[in-house]
Amino acid sequence: MTYLHDIGKYFLMIKETFVKPTKGKVLRVLIFKEIDDLIIGSLGIVAFISFFVGGVVAIQTALNLTNPIIPKELIGFASRQSVILEFAPTFLSIIMAGKVGSFITSSIGTMRVTEQIDALEVMGINSLNYLVFPKIVAMCFYPFVIAIAMFLGILGAYIAAVYGGFTTADQFLTGLKDDFIPFHISYAFIKTFIFSFLLATIPSFHGFYMRGGALEVGKASTTSFVWTSVSIIVVNYFITQMLLS
Amino acid sequence: MIEVRELRKGFGDVEVLKGLTTSFDKGKTNLIIGQSGSGKTVFIKSMLGLFRPDSGKILYDGICYSDLDFEEQRAIREKIGMVFQGSALFDSMTVEENIMFPLQMFTKMKKTEMRERANVVIDRVNLENANHKLPSEISGGMQKRVAIARAIVNNPRYLFCDEPNSGLDPHTATVIDNLIQEITKEFNITTIINTHDMNSVMEIGEKIVFLKEGNLAWEGDKTQIFRTDNEEVTNFVYSSNLFKMVRKAQNAQ
Repeated sequence: MTYLHDIGKYFLMIKETFVKPTKGKVLRVLIFKEIDDLIIGSLGIVAFISFFVGGVVAIQTALNLTNPIIPKELIGFASRQSVILEFAPTFLSIIMAGKVGSFITSSIGTMRVTEQIDALEVMGINSLNYLVFPKIVAMCFYPFVIAIAMFLGILGAYIAAVYGGFTTADQFLTGLKDDFIPFHISYAFIKTFIFSFLLATIPSFHGFYMRGGALEVGKASTTSFVWTSVSIIVVNYFITQMLLS
Repeated sequence: MIEVRELRKGFGDVEVLKGLTTSFDKGKTNLIIGQSGSGKTVFIKSMLGLFRPDSGKILYDGICYSDLDFEEQRAIREKIGMVFQGSALFDSMTVEENIMFPLQMFTKMKKTEMRERANVVIDRVNLENANHKLPSEISGGMQKRVAIARAIVNNPRYLFCDEPNSGLDPHTATVIDNLIQEITKEFNITTIINTHDMNSVMEIGEKIVFLKEGNLAWEGDKTQIFRTDNEEVTNFVYSSNLFKMVRKAQNAQ
């Protein structure tokens, strides 16, 4: 029953986020600040992880190609498919649930604990619109992060495969282009866009409705990470089922 | 003036406010006192609209708050200034930005005008050389002054203070109390202070409302509170050794 209550409360929060808007001038500043915190601030870690995981995918594929009948082009093909279909949109979103999600939960939770949210409400400001809406708008830029992750993941795979001596550049590039289905890119970005909404709203929900002190802020961040990850995995399953099968 | 009629508020099975009826006068420092758990914070938060009362009415200058729609309630809230117990300053903003915040939200002032107005109230609360500091870089007493400055920057009609001198040394606490009283007189606003500090009662208690387990147990002013025969009030007032000694000295005279 608690879960059902929380799910209902989550949807009511989303509804409340889009009504009674904050003054446009103030909102614009908040959106730019959130883009800086959530998007620009995540580029470094995303680039680092993507590059090296891309490399590992290529090496693992190469090391498992023990049968000489299987062409070396498969390394490029497998790297592309892994990075574009799952690693960049899903795996990175789970990492972002830890990085961005816990930042959102702890910052909003701290505002709750220190009565800053009460201060906003006393002034007659819709605190949900003020705090959550800019995060949702900022996270609309999250697909750009994933596009960069896709590029760097494949670049990492190329460098690891070619300079690691597992395949030639021509073989890798041939595999990379082989059987390319453009819809896979659309599929990846559709789910990224949905994940970005989950990444902005679920951690906000856990921060906004938390009660207690510093310890509870920590607990809320952990709970938020768990629920955001679970939601991403479940939603990923259903989107994949709907769009690819 | 703020009037409260038959205000009730509970959480689950626990009834915290049990039908409070009282009024708070304009141009006076009105104090709500009582022991911890007596319902002071719930009372003040219910008046502010942060808690929805179960029943009863709250009238701001004769207008019933609960009868208003969101926009009308927002219009009233714009006239309210609030000083929170922990100051509730926005961590990511400087002192000046914190003070300018209500102006940014509710006025069409230009940035230079906002800065001028902010500097007027900064001078009024005697905050020097702190404009560009973050709340974490200033002392607790200064944070309280910033909170007061933010509360009065938009010329409020009602000022609420939740334990404004908690965590402050006695001297700074007295300074903050006097500052609130001066501002109340200067701007002729209705000020309501939630406290359990007897020094505040002695300094600025022009009207005192004593709560006991969610009921209004007594009301009067700072001279009456030391003469009352109400046992609950005397138990509260003379619970500290200092006041016991004062009473002993008075009786000896």
